[in-house]
Amino acid sequence: MLHIINQSPLNSSTLDTCLNTAAGGDILFIEDAVYAVTKGNAAEAKLKAAMGKFKLHVLLPDLEARGLGDRLMDGVTGVDYGGFVDLTSNNKTCQSWL
Amino acid sequence: MKYGIVVNEGPYQHQSSDSAYLFAKAAIEKGHEVWRVFFYHDGVNNATRLTEPPQDDRHIVNRWTKLAEEHKVDLVVCVAAALRRGIKEENLAQGFRISGLGQLVEAGIKCDRLVTFGD
Amino acid sequence: MSDAKKFMFVNRKAPYGTIYALESLEVVLITAAFDQDVSLAFLDDGVYQLKKGQQTKGIETKNFSPAYRALEDYDIEKLYVEKEAMAARGLTEEDFLVPVTVLSRAEMGKLMDEQDVVLSF
Repeated sequence: MLHIINQSPLNSSTLDTCLNTAAGGDILFIEDAVYAVTKGNAAEAKLKAAMGKFKLHVLLPDLEARGLGDRLMDGVTGVDYGGFVDLTSNNKTCQSWL
Repeated sequence: MKYGIVVNEGPYQHQSSDSAYLFAKAAIEKGHEVWRVFFYHDGVNNATRLTEPPQDDRHIVNRWTKLAEEHKVDLVVCVAAALRRGIKEENLAQGFRISGLGQLVEAGIKCDRLVTFGD
Repeated sequence: MSDAKKFMFVNRKAPYGTIYALESLEVVLITAAFDQDVSLAFLDDGVYQLKKGQQTKGIETKNFSPAYRALEDYDIEKLYVEKEAMAARGLTEEDFLVPVTVLSRAEMGKLMDEQDVVLSF
């Protein structure tokens, strides 16, 4: 399953709830959620710990728009919108954690 | 694959409408079909033809209209959500139609994938 | 029903502060008419939607919580509440206006994985 997160981890419990609840699969960070996968963000440690259970992806245009294109943490795959589409087609279902 | 897309937020206020549009465009470029985009909650505000952004900004409403015309995307605005927010036939932009929530459920049933954009 | 899809509505937002809970419930009621396999999941502040005793007169807003009781009439009986979310809000099953099934996070995650369509608003 693909989990889509769009909220900053410092402003919302969405990332925590997703990591604690979801059974695994892919997570894609879009919009303000891209801050979660930047080096030095407070979410970095919990995301590193979650990497065994989830594969992490980030929407690069959203990361670049926010001036953080050079701060992507290791272990996270960057995708463009086409890659976003591929993630949805490669997973049977997707859930937007709104 | 056949895609359905749900947009829950209004244009300009929130990025979700932009994300949904760019996703739809990329899906079409990859050879998928975007069968329907359903606008719900404040997302119905994507459908007003009274929208006039500054000239140097993207025109979110016209962009949807163009996508619908070029790729036969069915743009559906929820009637209950629309009436609550003053979106009616008289101010509806080209390419959109107003219909019931059943159209959203139908998209869930008929599409291979349903992707939601919201807050 | 054999070709019915499994629809799950994930509710993570409290009522009244925003319209999401109300408009989400409206979709649930419509989905019932399509003979699909419908589940509702309540996580995070979404569990507040089910709190008994909502009195909305003072905010001049319609109290839509009785509609959760009507779900049963539409054959929607799968209401799942995440245990940790409930506990974190000082609530117990007795606080809810309808019977629910309380699931652990892991059980909730597994159930989500079994769905065909997951909608959240």
